[in-house]
Amino acid sequence: MLMKTKYHSEVEINENDIWQFENGLPGFPEEKEFCILPLQEDKGFFILQSTKTPEIAFVISNPFSFVPNYEFKIDEQTLEQLELQSKEDLQVLTILTVQDPFEKTTANLLAPLLFNVKNKKAKQMIINGSNYVTKHPLFYIKGGK
Amino acid sequence: MLILTRKKGESIQIGDDIEITISAVNGDQVKIGINAPKNIEIHRKEIYIEIQNENKNAVLEVKNLLDILPSKKQ
Repeated sequence: MLMKTKYHSEVEINENDIWQFENGLPGFPEEKEFCILPLQEDKGFFILQSTKTPEIAFVISNPFSFVPNYEFKIDEQTLEQLELQSKEDLQVLTILTVQDPFEKTTANLLAPLLFNVKNKKAKQMIINGSNYVTKHPLFYIKGGK
Repeated sequence: MLILTRKKGESIQIGDDIEITISAVNGDQVKIGINAPKNIEIHRKEIYIEIQNENKNAVLEVKNLLDILPSKKQ
């Protein structure tokens, strides 16, 4: 089916490309279906696009590429919601708040996106009791390493 | 807002399947236990609002997104 998007005009997607966010995302409870579209795959940037609302799209990235020791516990409720059984089925991405210039861009490490690649269930999980923040500078850490 | 007075160890039942228990009181801090169905999200409010706000920031139109991103050639 054809889907209208924020950054790619119209793209062709099929059912298997759709991720189900049962409860939506915080702030967007009605947005329950998203697709991941390439943005700059070689740099690890993607778009999380709502299938329903073209204007709702997030720039997302692999958090481990800029915080290699990123670490958190998945709570029991999330494991059950995603029916996650094995670490191999899990993919973790994080939402970026892109700024101009790009060096000011931050990553939301407090609430990563979790994807069960086996059943296409996904969720933005708020990490309980961690020191991670919603505005983790992307480049501060990279430069500091 | 409904306001109820409870003592340590006492509970409040909301509907059939949500139970809130006062587990400890220490000065102005209260420890609360919550039993609820798995599909109900429970969060400290200020953290939930922070995530909501950050998501709303993140979804704002980024003009010339492709120009802002680090160039592929680098």
